[in-house]
Amino acid sequence: MDADKKDTYYEIKPKIAFSFNLRELIEYKELFYFFTWRDVKVKYKQTALGFLWAILQPLVMMVIFTFFIGKSMNMPSDDMGYPIFAFSGLILWTLFSSGITNAGNSMVSNAQIIKKIYFPRLVIPISSILVSVFDFLIAFIVLIGLILLFQQPVNVPKAVIYWPAGLVIAIMATFGPGCLLAALNVKYRDFRYVIPFLVQALLFLTPVIYPISIVSNSWLKYLLAINPMYAAITIFRMPMMKTVPDASMIWISLFSGAIFFLVGLTYFRKTEMYFADLA
Amino acid sequence: MKPILEVQAISKKFRIHHEGVPYLSLRDKLAELVQFKASRKSDEDFWALKDVSFNVMPGESIGIIGKNGAGKSTLLKILSKITPPTHGKIIGRGRIASLLEVGTGFHPELSGRENIYLNGSILGMKRKEIDARFDEIVDFAGTEKFLDTPLKHYSSGMQLRLAFAVAAFLEPEILVIDEVLAVGDAEFQKKCLGKMEDVSNNGRTILFVSHNMSAVESLCTKSILLKNGQLHFSGSSAEVIQQYTNLMEGSLLGNTGTIQLNLNDSSKPVRKIELLCDGKNSSSAYMGCRLEIRVHFKTDEAFEAPVLGLIFKDNQGIPMIGINNKHYVGNLATQPVSEGYISMIIPYTTLFEGIYHIDIHFGNAFQDIEVLRDCFQFTIEPMKFTTSGEMPDKKINRLFIKEISWGLNAK
Repeated sequence: MDADKKDTYYEIKPKIAFSFNLRELIEYKELFYFFTWRDVKVKYKQTALGFLWAILQPLVMMVIFTFFIGKSMNMPSDDMGYPIFAFSGLILWTLFSSGITNAGNSMVSNAQIIKKIYFPRLVIPISSILVSVFDFLIAFIVLIGLILLFQQPVNVPKAVIYWPAGLVIAIMATFGPGCLLAALNVKYRDFRYVIPFLVQALLFLTPVIYPISIVSNSWLKYLLAINPMYAAITIFRMPMMKTVPDASMIWISLFSGAIFFLVGLTYFRKTEMYFADLA
Repeated sequence: MKPILEVQAISKKFRIHHEGVPYLSLRDKLAELVQFKASRKSDEDFWALKDVSFNVMPGESIGIIGKNGAGKSTLLKILSKITPPTHGKIIGRGRIASLLEVGTGFHPELSGRENIYLNGSILGMKRKEIDARFDEIVDFAGTEKFLDTPLKHYSSGMQLRLAFAVAAFLEPEILVIDEVLAVGDAEFQKKCLGKMEDVSNNGRTILFVSHNMSAVESLCTKSILLKNGQLHFSGSSAEVIQQYTNLMEGSLLGNTGTIQLNLNDSSKPVRKIELLCDGKNSSSAYMGCRLEIRVHFKTDEAFEAPVLGLIFKDNQGIPMIGINNKHYVGNLATQPVSEGYISMIIPYTTLFEGIYHIDIHFGNAFQDIEVLRDCFQFTIEPMKFTTSGEMPDKKINRLFIKEISWGLNAK
């Protein structure tokens, strides 16, 4: 009898030995789906434009940047058409910015649920990032449309690899800071005010509307590469670029993304037990 | 056979911040670093649970009873893995599901159908299980006509029925239930209790917190009694209920007729309760006196229209009077309030001599914010009001009417 009960044996102790407990996350995989589905539904319910909102924001931003920065300032754009350059950067940027904003506020806005029921807490920030991924996928269809419209040459075999890779790196880059901010926000409500500021500042530190090649100081270049979104956006644009970007900068960015990922995940896992007491 | 739950010396400590909120602000942390000495000397440790141990065998139903603040909810939260214990451990040998609230995660914008799936999956049901049970759930709730209506258009009673229906079809080996049955109409309560009895008859284990002693007695064979965070007594439900009744006998009001509730929890705004007899604080009153109850509150944010509801119950727990200011006079506030007290004055008390228990419901115009069941009790002392000096039988009288004219028409 004890043998077949092994699955359900558990202990509740003051400090559970630190683990990422992937098995438990897999067990709750349906909850990811339901939370994401809830947020997507609620987000677009009662909006007249519905899913169009997912593309309107990057599209309008792209038009503005194209006229004021691409055309009037003659901003270079890594050998591709500036609208495509800006739009491809903006949709990934929107994934990142809305992802960390929603993930950062997710634990506080779901406090009522956290206080009443147990499930792996990671489900909440991850689901809110998945909502941003959903929006990205809609905007991505628009990108394909723009590529056809502007007759932007695309290296298709490269795109099959680099587009998904860029997306995955962007999700990873969002996950780390997102989890970190979510956990910090439970403990210090100051982070509610930090997040919008952070997002705004980071837009200018990320080569979304300008190529990193315009930065002449090489030290500054490497400093900007610490931004994990640098790798995501550059890799995503590679199938459309003629020039080859600096590999060492991409490695720096990937490495820093991995560090953020681990720090965010570790901090979240270490503090999640006490969320219900603080929220 | 091994116990399905072994609770071993569980303790839980909370830190109470006397200034404001449980979470910190970065400024405090920074200030601490600079000032070197901890500036938060107003913090205080509070043991919500201390050294609680008990075992639960498979198929047993255990009632957990105790006064407000005895640690029942904390115990359930630890059992449900929502919050970790400070010391001790619990060994579990079965799939556990907890129901600390009905309708957890319900979203007003989503339809009834969508909320069934969302709530079910939050409670730990698999999608397939919900699919298989869907019709039964809808049938139990009796809301089939409104399945595709957003939840915000449901009446609160309908929302509650839907929430219960989802919960009733949970099939864990151990079911942990907080006092969720206290809400809802009597008929539906009965239906849910019946459903829960089915569950326990099927060999499932139930841990049940309630202030409803008859529900505990009918549902649970054994019970434990918590007092100030410690296990005060455990045994058969009948014995434990007797102990609990004895415990309640001691007046909670003290000699000054006040209860201080100083837990600094912003979700619990009631801070102090006073009983006044003829304008003086007292732990007892007498028949015919001017009875006043004052409920002091404090909230983080000011709100409109505070509502105080009071239920007077006799010593058997049977409600006798249920009143609130909303029904009597409507809104008492002229502007939003965050702190103060509401007083309820009965100029001439018609309660008969005996012991009475009070439930307090404090809320806004729409809902209860805090409910204090069996919050306190007080004694009504006898006063001779009849001309003969004899008194009606106190076994059968709860209220008295001073002015009664009697007549005889003899033929």
